[in-house]
Amino acid sequence: MDRASIFEKLTEVFQDVFDDDSIALTDDTTAADIEDWDSLTHITLLATVEEEFGMKFSMKAVQGMKNVGEMVDLIAAAV
Amino acid sequence: MTKDLFTPPFSTELLTKRKRLRRTLLESRGDFIQKRVAILGGSTTHDVRDMLDLFLLRQGIRCTFYESEYAQFWQDAMFPNPELEAFQPDIIYIHTSNRNVSRYPQLSDSPEAVDALLEEELGRFTAMWDRLSQLYGCPLIQNNFEYPYWRLQGNREASDIHGRVHFLTRLNLGFAQYAQTHKGFYLHDINYLSALYGLEAWSDPAYWHLYKYALAVPAIPTLAHSVSNIIKSIYGKNKKALALDLDNTLWGGIVGDDGPENLQVGQETSMGQAFSEFQAYLKAHKDLGVILNVVSKNEAENAIAGLKRPDMTLTPEDFILIKANWEPKSQNLVEIAQSLSLLPESFVFVDDNPAEREIVRQQVPGTGVPELGEQPEHYIQAIDRLGYFEVTELSADDAARTEMYRQNAARAQAEASFADYESYLRSLEMRGEIGAFVPLYYSRLAQLTNKSNQFNLTTRRFTQGEIEAMAADDRFITLYGKLEDKFGDNGVVSIAIGEKQGTRLDVILWLMSCRVLKRGMEYAMMDAMAARCQAAGLDCIRGYYFPTAKNGMVRDFYQKQGFAKVSEEADGSTVWELDLRGGYEKKNRVIQVTEAKQEESHG
Repeated sequence: MDRASIFEKLTEVFQDVFDDDSIALTDDTTAADIEDWDSLTHITLLATVEEEFGMKFSMKAVQGMKNVGEMVDLIAAAV
Repeated sequence: MTKDLFTPPFSTELLTKRKRLRRTLLESRGDFIQKRVAILGGSTTHDVRDMLDLFLLRQGIRCTFYESEYAQFWQDAMFPNPELEAFQPDIIYIHTSNRNVSRYPQLSDSPEAVDALLEEELGRFTAMWDRLSQLYGCPLIQNNFEYPYWRLQGNREASDIHGRVHFLTRLNLGFAQYAQTHKGFYLHDINYLSALYGLEAWSDPAYWHLYKYALAVPAIPTLAHSVSNIIKSIYGKNKKALALDLDNTLWGGIVGDDGPENLQVGQETSMGQAFSEFQAYLKAHKDLGVILNVVSKNEAENAIAGLKRPDMTLTPEDFILIKANWEPKSQNLVEIAQSLSLLPESFVFVDDNPAEREIVRQQVPGTGVPELGEQPEHYIQAIDRLGYFEVTELSADDAARTEMYRQNAARAQAEASFADYESYLRSLEMRGEIGAFVPLYYSRLAQLTNKSNQFNLTTRRFTQGEIEAMAADDRFITLYGKLEDKFGDNGVVSIAIGEKQGTRLDVILWLMSCRVLKRGMEYAMMDAMAARCQAAGLDCIRGYYFPTAKNGMVRDFYQKQGFAKVSEEADGSTVWELDLRGGYEKKNRVIQVTEAKQEESHG
């Protein structure tokens, strides 16, 4: 799967999780850019991404993830 | 049809779309009952709360929640807790896991030391349960323990007294024993649930190390669904009856085309065995008090011929009503509900045909309609996983319910042969027993207050603890009514509770089981209530009617009892009064009533 398709699918997941259809993602998007992105919704977000893409993040990856770009890289490496 | 998100196996969509789903559920109906649920956790509970909220809304229960601070379940219970006291929980759910066991046996421990450790651990939990029930008097729901996801000694962990598998098994038995001896304590079996889900996936340790969740986040909907089943059962929202299709549901083949001798059932073929096992599963529900009925598109004689096959596990006698005709199944279902005085939404409709299921779903909303799938060998799971008949109390009454409905059918036949209704009622030779609440019936009384929806003036729900408290309090006049007739004993069927306000009695609860509708029992109860008021020097009875979606049948109850209307609200609520100063004329003429002796006052 290329990065563009991952971005597309990931945007839908974000829109669902944060219940906000106006969300647009870039490589640099971080939790600070999205109003409801706190540690609690982060958990749902990751569980949903894992199911949507049929992969799992390692604990180390979860801890190191700094922005959406890194999340996309991890997904791209796994699928 | 789009997949129902609330049917297992659950997808993470429930977690992802929780906000949207919550809004939709809130808009879907207006008749929610309100409850306060305290979640005392031994791990993170945020998503547990959110998912429980969704599943309970789906059951028509709208909750506010209290959550303990992270892993503070024990402290919250054992030390003064003004916040929880002010919250006044209706239900307390203790969400603990094997991460919360304080100490496991060491391989070097002596057998005595292991026993002592077990007692200490059990003591820690039982002290907490005792204190919570004493302090809050509400139902407690407690997780047992899931197995550990690793085994130091391998298989020997299950047999060695030091093994964690063995130790947790003993703790679970200890929890079960407490549940067996304590009313209002409900064990939530995550040991079974985690096995069903897959222990490997359930216990994914990343969720613990990252977020301190004791189970994997994707497993939380499964957990919450299971807890919500216990809660909806406590509040009387279980299904009560099954409506079963015949062809390709109870047996393989079409009886009208293939003939009874060619149906697939019995022990001869694999497929036959699968259908027979399914029939045995359904038949066992009779012991829970679930009523079995048939709704089949068939000629009646063909349906009966099929059921009469000698190797059929279910026989015609197992069913209360058999509707085999060519009318729409939705219509047959509604008719069955009416003749049994049940609500259509109390039914579970079981049919292999997706089109029939869809019609019933649309025409009779609220009815349970499981997606059976296409493999008869999986029918049992398709129904069992949904928790329609989750048992929280099992009374002798439940086991006898099928017999009771059979007697009702006999009464209906007798009724047809009488010219006027009163002579029919007299012919029933009814004997009533009416008295103040006694311990023997506390459990049945609490059950009735939580189950009765139709003949219920105020629809107030009471726990057994509250029933006991009112029975012991002079400010209340409490009445239960039992009714027996020549066809059988109906058991406790009516409850009335009045609260004294000066020289007036306010009737805060008046209900009757629909199984004794139109038998005059409500008049016998009012006669008893009035007599007790007069004996207590009260001069007025005030009654309240609070309309719900289900209790329209008692809108005119107080008018029929001779009360005068005092006021009426815009929502249809009415207040009524009966003045006793001019005396009271007894209304019951058909039931021979024994007044159970009033208990001696304690003062």
